[in-house]
Parts: sequence; structure tokens; C-alpha cells
Amino acid sequence: MRVRRTLVAAVRGLGLAPAVELGSVTLFVLAVVSLALIVVGVGVLTTPVVLFWARRYAQLRRVWGYDLAGVRIPADYRPFPAGLGHGPVSQARRCAVLLGDPATWRELLWLPVDASVGLALVLLPPSLVGYGVGFVLLPVLEGLTGIGGYVLGLGSLPAEHPWLLFTLPVLGAGFLLLARYANPALIRAHFLLAAVFLTPPRAELAERVARLTETRYDAVDASAAELRRIERDLHDGAQARLVAMGMSLGTIEALVEKDPAQAKELLARARQSSAEALTELRDLVRGIHPPVLAERGLGDAVRALALRMEIPVEVAVALPGRLAAPVESAAYFAVSEVLTNAAKHSGADRIAVGLRHADGRLRITVSDNGRGFAPTGPPPGGGTGLRGIERRLGTFDGTLAVSSPAGGPTLVTMEIPCA
Amino acid sequence: MRVVLAEDLFLLRDGLVRMLEAYDFEVVAAVESGPELTRALAEQRPDVAVVDVRLPPSFTDEGLQCALAARRDRPGLPVLVLSQHVEQLYARELLADGSGGVGYLLKDRVFDAEQFIDAVRRVAAGGTAMDPQVISQLLSRRARDRPMARLTPREVEVMELVAQGRSNTAIASRLVITERAVAKHTSNIFGKLQLPPSDDDNRRVLAVLAYLDRG
Repeated sequence: MRVRRTLVAAVRGLGLAPAVELGSVTLFVLAVVSLALIVVGVGVLTTPVVLFWARRYAQLRRVWGYDLAGVRIPADYRPFPAGLGHGPVSQARRCAVLLGDPATWRELLWLPVDASVGLALVLLPPSLVGYGVGFVLLPVLEGLTGIGGYVLGLGSLPAEHPWLLFTLPVLGAGFLLLARYANPALIRAHFLLAAVFLTPPRAELAERVARLTETRYDAVDASAAELRRIERDLHDGAQARLVAMGMSLGTIEALVEKDPAQAKELLARARQSSAEALTELRDLVRGIHPPVLAERGLGDAVRALALRMEIPVEVAVALPGRLAAPVESAAYFAVSEVLTNAAKHSGADRIAVGLRHADGRLRITVSDNGRGFAPTGPPPGGGTGLRGIERRLGTFDGTLAVSSPAGGPTLVTMEIPCA
Repeated sequence: MRVVLAEDLFLLRDGLVRMLEAYDFEVVAAVESGPELTRALAEQRPDVAVVDVRLPPSFTDEGLQCALAARRDRPGLPVLVLSQHVEQLYARELLADGSGGVGYLLKDRVFDAEQFIDAVRRVAAGGTAMDPQVISQLLSRRARDRPMARLTPREVEVMELVAQGRSNTAIASRLVITERAVAKHTSNIFGKLQLPPSDDDNRRVLAVLAYLDRG
């Protein structure tokens, strides 16, 4: 059993060695050249391709690591933004995401180590077996053919080092014994080395997991509350009105010949009811997903919001186009909440909103010329509004910062990563 | 009168065609998407276009964009835009060229066939038909602005109807006052909004624009 495992490890090592050498060296050289070419621009287009292949290669090694040695190597790649096409601009954005990902640099560090130390670790098992067997059989080989020394690359043994004929079999036996105990461990060590380089730092992961857990609960809570609100609004509003309308129509049916005047009056009331149901549905839709947001995106939706405010609101927008729908929605409701807060509590007569997308972040500023509230004191509305915004943005790893010295002015800054 | 109609929901499109034809309009094209609308407007050259804001294929504001583009090609092309919701932002874009012949109404307004047909006719004749909801948003917000604050309550009422695009006769019958009184109120309003008298027929449009621009 042990012998078999030893031999299997040797064969695996022999198989892995060329793949490791070829893959790691080639990809490392290509990556370095491609990164250097970024300076002249070409690299921006080639780097994503090379790094993509490096990822595929690392993934393949992860699979092998588990299949051959039972070593799990976790992967933690940053996702690409949605909607990337084939053009040079998309390629440049892809390049930026790849270069900003710590996983990329971990891989680039691993490739040369893999090509040297990693290679040595997979070459050892077949070498131990091969040379062990060769050395043990050396006297027989030499006695039969007279060229055993040449076969093992040691030259003409009997002529130059006759004593080796007797010491090498002992060394060979030692190799075989070592191989018997160490071979599987050496293959495992090879993959453990890869794991050391490729595994994301534990602290980073733990922190990320804790944050994701927290924001996931927030998101689930928020959407459950939202569903409850929608259900209640429909039930108490539009649904009830439609029922009332149905009843009125039934009554009208009965009255239309007996008492046309009253039927007419009821008809008017039914029409009124349908109009009110429509108004309620419209308000409900606006609360779920504002139509302008769906039609025009964040910039114009905030402009439309500003037009509805009682206080004049200046809006400055610098957005490259449409953002991802969930980000747009979160940003819109955050702005809406902050604006409502400012209008209600600040006593300001001017509010300015800025929307900017730069460096893969959406940055929103809302400033007013009101009286502010000391940052230590309780913010208006008991702080539930701000906390709600924080939670909303938290789902996207977004942040909220408020500067509001007593006497004002207040500046609220929100940032959402959206590469 | 020749009408081009764009509405993607079959039931509404069908209903609108029936309604328009009942009031002796000739519906020369009833289409359901933005590209079809653009083609119909160029080929049919209708007297008035009735357009839903949200149309396929993008299901965003395709209808509004087509209408605006058609008006750039053919200035003053009467367009009545219908929508499930009304936004000052869109009203502003429609009125921006100041040439009149635009309307912007909630879809609910088709409930009252006579009022709706009246709005189509007004728009076709180069007037305006703004939804009362846009106007009331506008007026409640402008209440804090100084020029608005100078209007008397009666003048605000008159302004509301002027902004909707109604004629002096219609305003007079609505408020149960004489036409001369309406004329007096409107000229007071134009004075307070610093809109000098001119031969321009669309001083009423300009009054609405003046509000929108003060935003």
C-alpha cells in the first residue's frame, strides 16, 4: 500500500513538473512584459488577457491541489462590473479591476516561487524513486552492460570511482526509504506552498464575512419591511377602493331603471373612486421605484426630486451614464431621505446636491445653509433616518459621513463603490 | 383632423382610437413602439400626435424623446404626451422651445372624454394643455417665491387655469366670472411676472415657462 502511494506520488510529480515549469514560467514572463507595456498603452489591452489566463491556471492548480493532495486553496476574486463589452474602454476597466485586486498580486508573487521551489518539490518524488532504483541496481547494470555509470550520468564508474559501485546502492536504498515515507508529503507540500501564496489573508476574509453577514441581514430586513408596507398599502388602498367600486356598480345595475338619477350619482362616485385608486397606485409605484429613475436614471431622477422640494435645490450631475439599477435605487432613496431631513429640520433656504462618479465610486454630497446640529448631539429625527441611510448604503459597502457643526452648515457625503 | 397615436398597451390604444374616432378625429396611424412612431410622424405628417411617454423597445422615455425629436424636425408639431405619472422635468422639456402646441397629461384624464378631447383640440390648435397636477406642484412650490407671493388668491386660481392652457372663455365659465374680469386678471398676472405685452400669441405658454425656469 505504502509502496503504491510512493510510486503514485512519483508519477504525479513527474507529470506535474513540466506543467508547472511551462505554465508558471510562461505566465510570469508574459505578465511582467504585459505590465511593462502598460506604460506605452498596449499593456492595457493585453494585461487582462494574460491575467485572465493566469487565473485559469491558478484555478486549475486549485483543482489539482484538491484532487491530488486534498489541499483546499480558497479563491477570492473581485467581481467585474456588469455590462463590460469588448471595446478598448471595457478592456481598460477590466485591467483596472484586475490590478486593483490583491488576488492578482498574490498570483504574480506565486508564479516565480512556483517555478523554482514548487518545481523542486514535485521533482523530488520521481527523482528519489528513479535514482534510488538506479543506484541500487547500479552494480548489476554495470556488470551486465558496462555502461551503468553513463546511464546515471556519472561517467565511467569503474575507471574513475570504483568505490562508488559499492556505496551508491546504499545511498539508493536510503533514497527509496526516504521516498517511501516522504513522497506523498512532498506532493502535498507543493500544493501547500501554493496555498500559502494564493489564500487570501484570513483577517481580511473574516472581516469581509462579518460585514457581509451584517449587511445581508439589513438588506433582508429592509426588503421584508418594504414588502409589508406595499402589501398594507395595496390592501387598505387600491384594493379596498376597487371592492367599493364593484359594489357601487352592482347597485347601479339594480338602480339604472328604477332610479336613473341616483344611478348617475353613484356612477360619478365610482369614477371618482377609480381615479383615487390610480393616484394611490401611482404614489405606491413612486415609493417602490420612481418612474423617472426607471426612465432616465439617477441624474434626472434627483433633478425631478429637486423640482418637487419646497426649498430651492441646486443639482450638479457628473455621471458617465446609467449605473447598476440597485445602486441607482439605493442612491436615489438616500438622497431623497437626506433632502427631506434637510428641508424639515435644517431651516435652510438653499440646498445643493452633487452627484459624481469617479475612481469607481459614486460620490454624493448634500449641503445646506441651515443651522446644523452639533455632531455630538442627537441628529434630527432621533437619528433613525441617518441610520436607515447607512444601512441602505451598507448593502453596497457604501459609506455615509455627516459634518454638521452647531450653527451650520451641514454637509452630508455618501459614497458607493460601483466600478 | 389627422392623428398619430402611440401607445404600447393594446387595451388603451384600442380605447383611445375608439374615443378619438367617436369625436370625428381620423386616426391615421396607431403604433406601439418608438421607431414606429418616428416613422409614422415623418410619413403621415399628422395634425396632432398623441404619445405615451414610455414605449418599447427601451421602455424608458422613448415616446417623449421621439416627440421632442419630431418637434425639432418640424417646429411647432402639435404633440400631446400622456403618462402614468407627470414630472415637471418633462413638462419643462416639452415647453422649452416656447412655440406651444404641446400637452402633457396624466393618463387618468382620458376618463373624462370631453375634457381629454378638448385638450387634444387645444394642442392641435397650437395651445397648451398641462396637467393640473404639474401646475399644482408648480404653484405650491412657487408660493414661496416673491413674484408668486404678489398674486392674489383669485389670480392664483386664474393662473392655474391659464397654465393648463385654457382660453379666457373657458376660464370665465369655470370660475363663473365675466371674460373681461379674466382678461383683467391675466394682464395683472403677466405684469407681475414681468412679461411685457407683445404680439406673441403664446404669452400664456411663456407664463408657464417663466414659472418652470425660476426653478
